[in-house]
Amino acid sequence: MTTTTPPAQHDSLPTVRQGTEDSRSHRQKRWLQILFLAPTVIGLALFTVVPIVASLLLAFFRWDVIGDPEFVGLDNFASLGSDPTLRVAFTNTVLFVVIAVVLQLAVALALAVMVMSKMPNWLRSFLRSALFFPLVLSASSVSIVMAYLFNQDFGLVNKVLNGIGVESVPWLTSDWAAPIVVVLVYVWQNFGFSFLLFLGGLAAIPRDVYEAAAIDGATGWRRFRQITLPLLSPTTLVASVMAIIAALQIFDQPYVLTRGGPGDSTRTVVMVIYENAFQQLNFGRASALGIVLTLVIMAVTAVQFRLSRRFVFYS
Amino acid sequence: MTTVTMTTLRPRLRSVPKAAFLLAALGLTLGPVLWTVLTSLRPPDQALSGNDFSLSNLSFDSYRAVFEQVDMWLLIINSALVTGLIAVGQMISAGLAGYVFARVPFRGSNALFGVLLATMMVPMQVTIVPVFMLIRGMNLSDTLLALILPALPTAFGTFLMRQHFMTLPDELGEAASIDGASPLRTFFSIYAPLAAPGLAIVGILAFNFHWNEFFRPLIMTISEENFTLPLGLVSLQGNKGTGSVATVLAGVVLSMIPALLVFAFGQRTLREGLTTGSSR
Repeated sequence: MTTTTPPAQHDSLPTVRQGTEDSRSHRQKRWLQILFLAPTVIGLALFTVVPIVASLLLAFFRWDVIGDPEFVGLDNFASLGSDPTLRVAFTNTVLFVVIAVVLQLAVALALAVMVMSKMPNWLRSFLRSALFFPLVLSASSVSIVMAYLFNQDFGLVNKVLNGIGVESVPWLTSDWAAPIVVVLVYVWQNFGFSFLLFLGGLAAIPRDVYEAAAIDGATGWRRFRQITLPLLSPTTLVASVMAIIAALQIFDQPYVLTRGGPGDSTRTVVMVIYENAFQQLNFGRASALGIVLTLVIMAVTAVQFRLSRRFVFYS
Repeated sequence: MTTVTMTTLRPRLRSVPKAAFLLAALGLTLGPVLWTVLTSLRPPDQALSGNDFSLSNLSFDSYRAVFEQVDMWLLIINSALVTGLIAVGQMISAGLAGYVFARVPFRGSNALFGVLLATMMVPMQVTIVPVFMLIRGMNLSDTLLALILPALPTAFGTFLMRQHFMTLPDELGEAASIDGASPLRTFFSIYAPLAAPGLAIVGILAFNFHWNEFFRPLIMTISEENFTLPLGLVSLQGNKGTGSVATVLAGVVLSMIPALLVFAFGQRTLREGLTTGSSR
C-alpha cells in the first residue's frame, strides 16, 4: 500500500538560512502543513478516533442515553454469549459469509477469465461494464426490486418457476428460502468488485508464461489450473480478504428484504448491533458487540495473511 | 507483441457453454434493471403483477404518482445536498491533506499517516454509537448536517490523493520556489491543477457511496423531512397497502439516474478508484 516513502524531512534541516526571504517561506510552509491537515486530522480524530476509544469504554457500561451510565464490568461481553438471538445471528453471518464469498469469487473469476478470452474489443468492454454495473446501484434500491421479483404471489421468479412446472416458493416468508434470497441478492450486487480485481490480476499475468505452456502442449483446463490460478493467487487473496470483510458487515439487504425474519433466519450480527443500540437503547451492549465484530474481522484478516504465506505464489 | 501471438495465446470464445454462461450472466445482471424500468412505465393500477412486458401501454403515471405519494422533490434535494456537500468536502479535505503527506512532509508525518490508514480498518458499526451520541451532543440529531459532517474527512481519499501527488515530479515545485513562489502559491498554481484526475476519483467514489448510503441515514434521521432517497423509497415500499409496485419502482428508477450518469461518464475513474489500494 504505502509503496513509496517521501524523501527525508527536508524542512527540519535548513542549515543555511539566507536572510528573511527563506525563513518567511519556512514559516509559510509550517502554516500550510497545519492548515491543510486540519480538516482531515481534526475530522478523523473527532468522528473516528475518539468514537473508537469511546466505544471501548462504553462497552463496560450499561447506558440508555437518558439515565446515567452504570459501570457493569464485563457483563456486556458475558451477556453476548448467552443471547440466543445473537447466537443465531452469528451462525447466520458465518454461513452467509462463507457461502456468499465463495459464490462471489467463483462467479467473478469465471466471468473474468471469459471476458479476457479472445473476442472483439467492443464486446469485451461492453461485457466488462455490464457485469460490474450492479455495484454502482444502492443496496436498498436493489433489495426493493428483488423483494418484488421474489414475491411469492406475483414475483417474476415464481412465475418463471410455474412456467416450467415448479410450484411457487415462499421465497421471503419461509425460514429456509429467505437466507438464500439474501445471499443471492448480495452476490448479485457485489460480485462486480471481485470481478474488477480479477480482471486486473489476469491482465498482469505475463503472456510468455502461456506461450511456454502452449509449447509444452498445455491447453484449456490444465492451463487454467497450472498457470492462471497460481499466478492469480495474490489477487485471489486480496479479493477474498476484501469480500469477507465486506460480507461480515452485511445489513442493508436483509434489513430491506426481510427485516431479519422470518423468525431470526436472516438476522445478521450488524442487525443485532443496530437493534441493541437504536431499538433497545442498550448502547453498552451494542459497543461490546461492535468490538467483538472488529476483533473477528482483524483475526480473519490475520489468519488469511498467515495462510497466504503457504499458498500464495508470487512470481 | 504482435496481434498474431495474441491470437494464438488467448483462448477463443468459441465454445457454446462459455458463450451461454456469459449470456446468462449478462441476462441476470441487466434483467432486473430492465424489469424495473419497464414495470415503472406501467400505469400504477395495472402493474400489480409487474410482469406485463407489452410496450403498447407505456405511461408515466407511476412517475406522477410517486411525486404525489411521497415528497419526492424533498428526497431528491436532501440526497443531492448531502451527497454533493460530502463529495466536495472530501475532495477539498483529502486534496489538502494528501498534498502535505506527499510533498511537504514533516517530522512524524509518516506516523500520522499510518494512524490515518489504521482508521480505515475499523468498521463503521464500532464508531456509529459514539458518533450518534456526539451528534446528539452537538444538537445536530435528525438534521442533514448529522449525515454530512462525519463524512467530510476521509482516510481513503487522503490515501488516494497522497499516492496521486507522489506521482507528480519534484522539479515542478522546485522550479516554482526558485522563481520565488511561496509554498501556498506552489500548491495552488502548480500542484492543485495537476491533481484534478485524483480529485475526480475521490469525488466520484464519495458520490457513489453516499448517494446509496442506507445505514447511517437510517440511524441519524428520524423525521421524514430529513430522509434521503434510499430511506424514503424503503418507507414507500413499506406501505404495501397503498403503494403500487410501479409507483415504488418509478422512485427507484429516479434514484438510480444520478448513479447511472456517474457510471456512464465516470466509469473508468470509478473502476480505478474502486481497485486502488487493492493491488500492489
